[in-house]
Amino acid sequence: MNAHLQTSRVSAALERTGAWLLAFLWVLPLAYALWAAIHPSAYSAHFTLNAPLTLENFVKAWNAAPFARYFMNTFMLVTMILTAQLVLCTLAAYAFARFKFYGRELAFVLVLLQLMIMPDVLIVENYRTMTAAGIVDTIPAIGLPYMASAFGIFLLRQTFKTVPSELDEAARVEGAGPLQVLLKLYVPLAKPIYIAYGLVSISYHWNNFLWPLIITNSVSTRPLTVGLQIFASSDQGIDWSLIAAATLMTSAPLLTAFLLFQRQFVQSFMRAGIR
Amino acid sequence: MKWLSSLVGMAILALASTAMAADVELSFYYPVAVGGPITKTIDGYAADFEKENPGIKIKAIYAGTYQDTLVKALTAFKSGEPPDVAVLLSTDMFTLIDEDAVMPFDPLLQSDADKAWAKSFYPAFMENSQTGGKTWGIPFQRSTIVMYWNKDAFKAAGLNPDKAPDNWDELVAYGQKLTKRDGSNVSQWGVEIPSTGFPYWLFQGLTTANGVRLMNDAGTETYFDKATVIEALQYWVDLSRKEKIQPTGTIEWGTTPKDFFERKTAIMWTTTGNLTNVKANAPFPFGVAMLPEHNGRGSPTGGGNFYLFKKMTAEKSAAAIKFVKWMTTPERAADWGIKTGYVAVRPDAWDTPALKQYVADFPAAAVARDQLKYAVAELSTHDNQRVTKALNDGLQAALNGTKTPEQAMKDAQQEATRILRSYK
Amino acid sequence: MGVEGDLFHEPSGEVGRLLPRSAGDAVAAASRRSNVVMSARWATNVNGWLLLLPSAVLLVTFTHYPAVATFIGSFFSTPKGARPAVFVGLDNYQAMIEDPIFWQALHNNIIYAVSTIPLTIVLALFMAVAVNAKLVGRSFMRLAFFTPTVLPMIAVANIWLFFYSPGYGLVDQVFSVFGVPAHNWLGDEHTALACLIVVAVWKDAGFFMIFYLAALQQISPNLSEAAALEGASRWYFFRRVTFPLLMPTTLFVLINAIINSFRLIDHIVVMTRGGPNNTTALLLYYIYEVGFKFWDTAFAATLTVVLLVLLAAMALGQFIFLDRRIHYQ
Repeated sequence: MNAHLQTSRVSAALERTGAWLLAFLWVLPLAYALWAAIHPSAYSAHFTLNAPLTLENFVKAWNAAPFARYFMNTFMLVTMILTAQLVLCTLAAYAFARFKFYGRELAFVLVLLQLMIMPDVLIVENYRTMTAAGIVDTIPAIGLPYMASAFGIFLLRQTFKTVPSELDEAARVEGAGPLQVLLKLYVPLAKPIYIAYGLVSISYHWNNFLWPLIITNSVSTRPLTVGLQIFASSDQGIDWSLIAAATLMTSAPLLTAFLLFQRQFVQSFMRAGIR
Repeated sequence: MKWLSSLVGMAILALASTAMAADVELSFYYPVAVGGPITKTIDGYAADFEKENPGIKIKAIYAGTYQDTLVKALTAFKSGEPPDVAVLLSTDMFTLIDEDAVMPFDPLLQSDADKAWAKSFYPAFMENSQTGGKTWGIPFQRSTIVMYWNKDAFKAAGLNPDKAPDNWDELVAYGQKLTKRDGSNVSQWGVEIPSTGFPYWLFQGLTTANGVRLMNDAGTETYFDKATVIEALQYWVDLSRKEKIQPTGTIEWGTTPKDFFERKTAIMWTTTGNLTNVKANAPFPFGVAMLPEHNGRGSPTGGGNFYLFKKMTAEKSAAAIKFVKWMTTPERAADWGIKTGYVAVRPDAWDTPALKQYVADFPAAAVARDQLKYAVAELSTHDNQRVTKALNDGLQAALNGTKTPEQAMKDAQQEATRILRSYK
Repeated sequence: MGVEGDLFHEPSGEVGRLLPRSAGDAVAAASRRSNVVMSARWATNVNGWLLLLPSAVLLVTFTHYPAVATFIGSFFSTPKGARPAVFVGLDNYQAMIEDPIFWQALHNNIIYAVSTIPLTIVLALFMAVAVNAKLVGRSFMRLAFFTPTVLPMIAVANIWLFFYSPGYGLVDQVFSVFGVPAHNWLGDEHTALACLIVVAVWKDAGFFMIFYLAALQQISPNLSEAAALEGASRWYFFRRVTFPLLMPTTLFVLINAIINSFRLIDHIVVMTRGGPNNTTALLLYYIYEVGFKFWDTAFAATLTVVLLVLLAAMALGQFIFLDRRIHYQ
């Protein structure tokens, strides 16, 4: 018994050390970004305590590219996608959860197909579609392929199915139409799902790169990630201080949002029961 | 009803003609990430041009990197709204011709003065601008490869800090003195020739010095497996593997300047376009020299040309040629060179007072110009991206030791021949 | 809203009220009911499809149509200048089979997937267990693990580029303390792909941790207390109780990890561009290169077909597996 206790204590200590080490490793890139951003670029590879502090990198980075415009583009993009996703997925999930329509099973399988075959791998054909539609280099063109989301439909369908049908029927008896029932009954009950899904969607599209890179041409449409890449890839070589400053600036909103709401974030995942 | 439609038709005609009488607007695709000093310079030029040429408006579109700009310009062309003027890589010439997207300058240059203007540029720059007896591009922002060296490191190694290695043997000899080893670790390398992104370009700095060209003027043949090409690659590989004065494996283009600033390498090869950057960031005195010679001297040119896109009205193309001419006057070329570090594209630009003064203050700026007489065209063929990739892959394989230089170049040549067979 | 509400009104309530009251009415009611049921079914169909329609249109336009068009496009040549696309049969496939870079990219992608997926999952699970235990500073840990998820890959890839820089990069600086000589991490064919795998694991593990954490917190603490009283070791308990309970989460995470291993190439664009000598070219990166640098859309379509077949095969496998192992109601 004693030996047993000892091994379990040792293993617990190992686990603790491992966890700390891992956490340290994981935070390192961000820590480095902070270091490089607030020191002159001569110190971006030298970690001495007496390195002078400066905010000049932020100023330079901010002036070197129209980040304000990029911010706005990303903000519009993310808002547009999320709004569309929430509406469209809710409607579709409701159909799958509560309507026994003809072809439902097949339709559901076809929807789930998008879980695997995401728009990200269909760049060549989707680019052609956007060209044909004449909307290359517009913010809607970045968002359109993502607006109907199999993941969202799937999640919400699972949740809607857990709503007892007695509640549904009771509401109907009172004369509510399907859309009213959806709004008054299903949507409020699925709130944690909406939050969890929303957070995933926001961070996904805030950080999405390849498709926006391909489909955008100009400052007025380019999201932050693409702007950042163009900014970082110069013929003249890499200046990590500037890149670090730009990185921190561009991810600051998401980062602070997460810092502030991390508890709620995890809890909404838990309540969402995505597992 | 007929009278109505004809009335509408007349109205449209009237509208169209007033539109024509109004300003000619030229869309101008320029490869730069927006913001920063270069955008401001271009905007300034456009404004000055508009002031001097009322009736012509320049709509500058900043499209990102060269690669991005080419993609954007071609896409716009295919979707029916082509750019009018664009600055794109000189090596994109064949791609643009194959896509039937650009028109030659020649038909627009009828007067003697115009013809003289087309001949006023450095011949080295025109190599990538002409094919099949026609001029498809006008040089604007062009560069070559030069060698930067750290004078402190030279001094510490007992070398004359004011003299760069002048030939291949000297580069090896200097490199051996400059490479600092402690045990198995190397704290300072002799030389770095970057090999990611576009290793073929830097490789041309070696092949040209070895007296060999990589392709024909028509862009339909490559000569990667010539003995002299293989020899040049062998030299590059030997710098790492035999002489051990350069890191093994591929060397990242983007981090090479930082390696230089961090004293990880005493000599680096990179573009003249880096001059301003190095001047601002090197924490030690540095020198700039031409690439070392072997059986000759030489460097490839690089950078961007003006192109005129098809589908322009006669009025627009007249305005476009006016704009290109205005942008390449000696004064503008000098100003542009000083502001950006690109090589001023015509000899008479170097006689302007502004550039003379600049060179007097900063002699390193003239190295690229002096090297121009040895410069050759950057590798450019039909299906250019594919052919250069075949060469790049071979170079990287040889530098990594997975293929011998001979094998690597034979494979690359075979692939290039396969790609190019449909263009013969 | 009101108009739509009426439009969507489903008369299921009426069906309930129309039940026959006596045997005499039964026949008449039955015929009436079949009418009502018919129209109710019709309404269900219409409503169901109307609700689905917006999503369906977008899904068909941007997922199903392009998938099919890609397949068709793979049998045509690439249009160029004045030359239109012509039917070339299996020529593109022939070219692909003869293309060593395709095979290399496929090979790389398989190695990449086979290493990132298990590593990410194991680490995510470990992180979740660590953060779920009452460890000191667990909110810091949670933060540390999760931050990579909110940082854009494109930005952090540049930072990793610094870490891997030979000589003065962070990795070499740390290693030099232990006397390990500097190494050209990204420039060496033998280490480049491994470096990218590390970045991918770093980026995704924290995201998957959240799912495990959510699942762990729903396992009753009584279970582990009871097990502890029985004298079961933590590891035994984890292996026999916790892990099986986490099976649905593991499958969910697995799907996402697989997708990511074929979908995310941002770090390759920044760090290696597929080099040296294609040792870090993944399938999607090669597709991007062929499609948007070489402008060979037909060949890019052919490569995409391979990627789609791979993904579809895995989707199929999972459907079958999912059906047997877990019940999503």
